[in-house]
Amino acid sequence: MSGPEGTRSGRRSLQVKFVPDEEVLRHITDDSGTKVRKDKAQLSVSVKRFVKKLEDISDNEAQEILGEKNYVAALGICAQDPVGNGANISGGEVYSFQTPKRSSKMAELASELAQTPEKDVVPDHSKCPEKMAKTPQSSSNFMWAEIVWKCNLKKKEFLSTTPYRLRKRLAAPDPCLESESEYSASCSEEEDEEDQKEVSTALSGQKTPGQTKQTKAASTPPPRNSLVKKTKEEKMGNLVEEYFEAHSSSKVLTSDRTLQKLRKRRLNQQTLRDLLKKAPLAYAAEIRDLNKQHESLFSKWMLQLHLGFNIVLYGLGSKRDLLEKFRTSLLQDSVHLVVNGYFPSITVRSILNSITEEVLDYLGTFRSPLDQLEFIIKRFKEDSSLELYVLIHNLDSQMLRGERSQQILAQLSSLPSIYLIASIDHINAPLMWDQAKLSLYNWLWYETTTFSPYVEETSYENSLLVQQSGSLALSSLMHVLHSLTLNARGIFRLLAQHQLEKKDNPSYPGLSFQDFYQQCREAFLVNSDLTLRAQLTEFRDHKLIRTKRGADGVEYLLIPVDDSTLTHFLEKENEDV
Amino acid sequence: AHDFRRKSDDSEDTELRFITCQSLWNQIKSETEEIQEDLNKQLLDNLLNFLSRSHSEFQEKTTEWTCKMKFREIPTAALVLGVNVTDHDLTFRGLSDILQDSITPYIALLEAKDCPGIKNLMQKLMGQLMNCDIDVDTLEDEDCVQVSQNRIRCSMSSLISWYESVTKKTDSETPSKKRNSSSRHWKSPPVVVIFKDMESFTTKVLQDFIVISSQHIHELPLVLIFGIATSPMIIHRLLPHSVSSLLCIELFQSISCKEHLSTIIDKLLLTSRFPFKLGEKVLQVLINIFLYHDFSVQNFIKGFQLCIVEHFYSQPLSVLCCQLVDVKKRVISLSHEQCENIRRLPSFRRYVEKQEAGKQIALLTNDTFLKEDTERLLEDLHVYHENYVSILRCLHVFTSSLPKYPLGKQIRELHCACLENRVWETEEYESSLQLARMLNKTDLVTMLQQCVEILTSSSGKQFHKTVEKLKEFLTQFQNLEAEASQERDVSVLSQKELQKKTDLYHLQKTLLELKESRRSKKLTKFEMLRFEVVDYIDSLVRKYLVPADDRTLHEIMYFNAATVLRGHLNAAPRTALHTALNNPHWYLKNQALKCDGGSISNKAPDICIVYKLHLECGRLINLVDWLEAFSTVVTAAEEPNAVAASSDQMDDIIHARFIRAVSELELLGFIKPSKQKTDHVARLTWGGC
Repeated sequence: MSGPEGTRSGRRSLQVKFVPDEEVLRHITDDSGTKVRKDKAQLSVSVKRFVKKLEDISDNEAQEILGEKNYVAALGICAQDPVGNGANISGGEVYSFQTPKRSSKMAELASELAQTPEKDVVPDHSKCPEKMAKTPQSSSNFMWAEIVWKCNLKKKEFLSTTPYRLRKRLAAPDPCLESESEYSASCSEEEDEEDQKEVSTALSGQKTPGQTKQTKAASTPPPRNSLVKKTKEEKMGNLVEEYFEAHSSSKVLTSDRTLQKLRKRRLNQQTLRDLLKKAPLAYAAEIRDLNKQHESLFSKWMLQLHLGFNIVLYGLGSKRDLLEKFRTSLLQDSVHLVVNGYFPSITVRSILNSITEEVLDYLGTFRSPLDQLEFIIKRFKEDSSLELYVLIHNLDSQMLRGERSQQILAQLSSLPSIYLIASIDHINAPLMWDQAKLSLYNWLWYETTTFSPYVEETSYENSLLVQQSGSLALSSLMHVLHSLTLNARGIFRLLAQHQLEKKDNPSYPGLSFQDFYQQCREAFLVNSDLTLRAQLTEFRDHKLIRTKRGADGVEYLLIPVDDSTLTHFLEKENEDV
Repeated sequence: AHDFRRKSDDSEDTELRFITCQSLWNQIKSETEEIQEDLNKQLLDNLLNFLSRSHSEFQEKTTEWTCKMKFREIPTAALVLGVNVTDHDLTFRGLSDILQDSITPYIALLEAKDCPGIKNLMQKLMGQLMNCDIDVDTLEDEDCVQVSQNRIRCSMSSLISWYESVTKKTDSETPSKKRNSSSRHWKSPPVVVIFKDMESFTTKVLQDFIVISSQHIHELPLVLIFGIATSPMIIHRLLPHSVSSLLCIELFQSISCKEHLSTIIDKLLLTSRFPFKLGEKVLQVLINIFLYHDFSVQNFIKGFQLCIVEHFYSQPLSVLCCQLVDVKKRVISLSHEQCENIRRLPSFRRYVEKQEAGKQIALLTNDTFLKEDTERLLEDLHVYHENYVSILRCLHVFTSSLPKYPLGKQIRELHCACLENRVWETEEYESSLQLARMLNKTDLVTMLQQCVEILTSSSGKQFHKTVEKLKEFLTQFQNLEAEASQERDVSVLSQKELQKKTDLYHLQKTLLELKESRRSKKLTKFEMLRFEVVDYIDSLVRKYLVPADDRTLHEIMYFNAATVLRGHLNAAPRTALHTALNNPHWYLKNQALKCDGGSISNKAPDICIVYKLHLECGRLINLVDWLEAFSTVVTAAEEPNAVAASSDQMDDIIHARFIRAVSELELLGFIKPSKQKTDHVARLTWGGC
């Protein structure tokens, strides 16, 4: 500690080799100097560290940390005062991965839901011990699964404890089935199979990693500390695995029943509509209240439209009536254009055409929609007295959701004297717009959940269950055919008849060219291979037939029209001939 | 024509409110435009400089130019604008305006979406160039140009011949005729081609264009401007060396959007010029949208506009949200209904409760008395704003230099903190005071000087004393310096004594003694003064930075409906759908729908039931199973009251309802038809419950 006396004069130089007292002293006293005030400044220690590390912490980082905190706080705002919309739901709930589901799950849920009024079904654990092993992920699922499981058991065994109503439903003849016995046989068989598979998979621990891991964890609990960590890892791992599991198996785990087995015919649009008219609208009063709320906003919309904003409506339920009401109540005296976006053949071009022709009274044609748009923009800029309200139902419909259409509509809406009010329904509709388009649209979002049925919007959809009347296809067929020669019509009829004969064969590839040629020759319709080919080319140009090559290189001919339309067509043809 | 009127009578001053709102917005709009112009001025000046330089050589046909042209280099300005794409338009508009004014009439603005191929690019380019030609040359030969434009083959050579003809025309024409339009321009002005969004152009198009035009740079003085959103590196990534070597690139950096926002906030919010104020949460929402969504100043201003409109629309008393000079007149002309509105304000009620009984009655019953008081309170509020801004800036001077920025680096963060609650009660404020107590002298002195500047330049009149006080501190600091040298001698003396002791025992002893003395010892004069300064600042903060919510009648000036704003600007359509489908009771207030714990009642609307059922399925859903499940649920729900209806008809109706619900789900994008298996649909979402 003590250094030679002689070197004391040069305190600084001593620092290297010796540590003289005063140096130590100064060091210590300095430190205590700050400590004196430490009681006042609890933070001074950390402050010192901050000062030291100041270079390390870049400004941005610090700011970012603060910003993040703020953002979370601001997000919390919604949770604090839930006004109007249901924005207080975390994204995780909406966008979570799906857990692998069993095929019979839906039926189970259904019977569970059906039972909700009487909630006295207490799951009896001791009764089905092997079921306990498979604990589904969420508690609600668990409840359903278990209760339903019991129902299934009961169903199979027809236990006397089955609730009366359930039994009645099971026993009652189901009118939508071909025959009761057939159904119950096939159904229970199916379920039996399903159940057995379930049990075996659950026991062998192969089906869902989440389930098996849970059971494992239950049997051999690892040390507490690692458990937490592990479950976290597992959770992540599970998510990933679940995702790939859901996507990897090409095998479809659903029952094979088809609608054709049901006696019920496919309804056509008209009967569907009639039937729905008979069904009373549920919660009409509440829906009316909702609509009243939205209607009170009309004047505000009007104001905001005039201030340069455009309005977009979202939320469950058809917003068509609401917009219609807006139109009738406020836009009667002004020029407005209603675009039914859900109409399957609407195009941007037709929208632009109606603006130029009906609003601007210009009958010229344009080379491209962009030219047309430019013309419209020019006209609206020149004449400031021009004002146009554009109402678009379903801005996110199939036909309008394309990038180019949206670009054009956005540019249109950015004109100060065009006021756009639109509705969107698709869950991914906001993805249509990038920043540039959003700034052109200048949207104000309004949540207008109406719960009203999408009557108009879905009526054009090629719905799975609705039988398409095919009247359009039929008339076009007739139209084209009438302009052809008699021989050509004969050729087509031959093909159609052949196709109808084979209609029960789902793997019917079409009629091969050689066979067709043979038949045509026999019917004295063509005299050479070439004439038939020429005729077929004509059909193909009118999209009456489709050709495709089979695996063996043979050309197969097919009429791309559904069977019923074809039958109608043949009937009509026979009348004519 | 369209104002806030909802009822026919005008008892709530709707018309006046609308007018006030509009004039306020127009003021703010022009203000923001000015700010934008100021901020871009530097950039635009640099660009102009560059353009005139690049082209002056061509003008004079000097050797330098020709020598440069041997390498066939095109002068190019790379304009780094940042990711806030939506703001770029304004910049470009300003740029092309200023170019038109001072350098060249020949400007073409190209966007990637118009130019999928080199042909389209040329078409667009020539179209724009020749159009602007028409504008300059009056309209005498519009027809011929119009026609030729359609017919001209879009090639570089036709462009050159056009350029030659145009410049020759300018030359040959009499100067008197042309003076008005082209006197500002040089004889042969450069052709400026602006690529608005360089990143989105296809590489091929860009490369081709550059190579082709570099061949013709002798005849056509072309200048390119690239608008770049990311980083200048992108040029080299998009263009191979052989192409980029044809460019003579100069880099220009536009002002960052954050700085832009800070200026906007500084000029629009932290000023007493505009009576309208944003509440804390609202400001937070706007800033968050900016920081986490788009970095767009335009959108921020849009949000601000919406705030103004909402405020004036929804708050009848916002009629008083005007300049102080108008307040008196407007207060006097308030209707009785409006007086009642004032009485209903929560902040006013709190104020009334604090008054003595006699005054309470007068305030609640006498309109004239109320009006007088309101006027006084509003004046107070204005004074409060003036003081608030100045003191906030002073506090920011201190906090912005502290390590780790406990109160935030930007003044907007400090502003938010002060608006939110009493800032002096927060932990961050406490720690920043502690840190301020450790500042060194030079920093402290400069800060004090800055504060004095701020306070003297502020419009508030009661800062005389404060300024005096701060100046006093400054002189004291100066005196300290003189004293310090004397003091040092003393301390050196005492230290000298210590240096003699060398052994451990003595050292220990001295240390103990010194510790004793330190404990009792007074702080140095500098430290004392520092404490005093910080305490004084603290007192100023406590006096002036009271959160606005505590002020009476703050509702008139402050817009606080953050949820409304958020709903309109940053909506979550998917969440709304999710809520409606999972919890219909949220919207339909019917007891039958009330359910708890994630499940829904079987009486819920069809679409909710169908949705809930489909959540239980995997990728594919069998329609028959689905229908069956649906009818099970629905019949269970309806059984009690639907015994009479024939079951066959019931069944048809259920079938129809199912079809409707399924097609609605299809419309919403939850499912789509699948060809994989007959009568199956595919799920499109991965959300479960």
